Amino acid sequence: MSLQIIRPGLLTSIQDTGRYGYQKIGVLVSGAMDVYSMRIANILVGNDENEGTLEITLLGPTIEFTADTLIAVTGGDFQPIIDGMPVPYMRPVAVKAGAIMKFGSCHTGCRAYIAVAGGFDITAVMGSKSTYMRAGIGGFKGRALQKGDSLNTGSPNPFGQQMLFHLLSRGAQSFAEARWYIGKTHVSAESLHKPIRVTAGLHYKYFDQQSKYSFFSSDYIITNNADRMGYRLKGDSLKTEKPLEIISEAIGLGTIQVPPQGMPIILMADHQSVAGYPVIAQAIAVDAARIAQMKPNDHIHFKLISNEESERLFIEMEKYMENIKIAVNAKLQN
Amino acid sequence: MDKTSYIIRPLGETGLIVTFGDQISPQIHKKVKNLADYIEKHSFSGFYEYVISYTSVAVFYNPFIIKNENAAKDKTAYKIVSEIIESYITAASRLPQPQPHTVEIPVCYGGDYGPDISFVADHNKLAVDEVIEIHSQNTYLVYMIGFCPGFPYLGGMDERIATPRRAEPRLSIPAGSIGIAGKQTGGYPISTPGGWQLIGRTPIDLFRPDSLTPSLLHSGDMVKFISISPEKYQQLKGDKS
Repeated sequence: MSLQIIRPGLLTSIQDTGRYGYQKIGVLVSGAMDVYSMRIANILVGNDENEGTLEITLLGPTIEFTADTLIAVTGGDFQPIIDGMPVPYMRPVAVKAGAIMKFGSCHTGCRAYIAVAGGFDITAVMGSKSTYMRAGIGGFKGRALQKGDSLNTGSPNPFGQQMLFHLLSRGAQSFAEARWYIGKTHVSAESLHKPIRVTAGLHYKYFDQQSKYSFFSSDYIITNNADRMGYRLKGDSLKTEKPLEIISEAIGLGTIQVPPQGMPIILMADHQSVAGYPVIAQAIAVDAARIAQMKPNDHIHFKLISNEESERLFIEMEKYMENIKIAVNAKLQN
Repeated sequence: MDKTSYIIRPLGETGLIVTFGDQISPQIHKKVKNLADYIEKHSFSGFYEYVISYTSVAVFYNPFIIKNENAAKDKTAYKIVSEIIESYITAASRLPQPQPHTVEIPVCYGGDYGPDISFVADHNKLAVDEVIEIHSQNTYLVYMIGFCPGFPYLGGMDERIATPRRAEPRLSIPAGSIGIAGKQTGGYPISTPGGWQLIGRTPIDLFRPDSLTPSLLHSGDMVKFISISPEKYQQLKGDKS
């Protein structure tokens, strides 16, 4: 059983929740940019949340399925079709052997996730299937997918298997989808227009008054330099009151640093482990997933919240993810 | 180590950072390394990983798991983890200091392996042999690993061989290259672009992704460079493959 890559799209790679425990030897975390969408895709097909998925970017791939396969697509809207029929998001979909699935360009959001029941049959490197492309580590041969690649899939768990049979028993021509789906998503035009919530960064207090004001009152625009490593923004210039001598220290997903030219950079999944620029703010994890769905020329408005509030929002999101898991498992198991 | 010698600050809602000082020094590094070693041996539920830098240790965690596993409902996960780390710092300070692990790295200096060695010599008004002698006589402290997998930030280079970076960075530096940038020296584990002055190359792998210990070097190790001949380089390179 495998997925044949007929067209790879702009940037398609295998990503899971990330490679933890190796930043101390210089190995980045990597992992899905929008980790919530990625985890939901896995949950929908009965996988472990941490299984590798395909992360697709801006322009999607064309994929042929060599066997009957249960899949789920989540995240940015690429309007995928099989035999001219739109394939719905956020639910299990049984795809028949021989079907060819084409993803277009991204209408809402920037990245989508494709999970297959049973996951991808590749060896985890340092505990993760994520692709760390610059170092050629993990994923499929350490790189983005190319035309002609053949990705073997693993065996679905009994519930995934059962759902696959159940959906195919309806006698569909090339695919059949579950009638139920998850309705709520952070990948909508409305959600992506809301402010990005941040907490104060390690060096926030050293920025001058004008910079602190500008950062939260004006919009920042995502430039074309926006990739898995980070998003360079443009807008009102930011500076510290006095030049800071910073000894490189740890940064994280969503850290917003300001190099000497004054334009902020938001660090994303492939960020370095340590950096030496002043950090004005830290995007909260829940909103880093929304940043991952934004693209060049999109506007970002930042909103300051407290550390307690950001922790509360993180926990609230995890409770929501648990509820999704319980609800989906109940559906898969009956 | 007294309580006032560090500060703890949040790094978003999934991390915190413990800073032991504002100088790059072996003394501060020892405190950093002690805490990191203690965390390594005393992982806790909800802990993801730690990151070592010159003066600090960052600890990353999952606040949802931390809160679930702790009875004190009124405490934030940040507060819970801060208290754990404070107790670790106290406990770590009572442990005897382990002897650092010294790693010998064979280097073939000059020639095709170190095309910039004459530049380094000329810049410092030294003979090439003197550059080799100075570079291979010191023992270097690995402050941290970063930038790319297995890349060591080394301290302890003799300033007599300090040399600015190249005006034109190379588009690709071969894996194993040993170089100098300003007052720093280090080695490239993987092929990457870079502006360091290349003075030699090691035949041994600094990073092996499929190994149980992927990085040859770790924070806190001591490094000694051993000068070898081109013949020895070929021999060691051959033994490996």
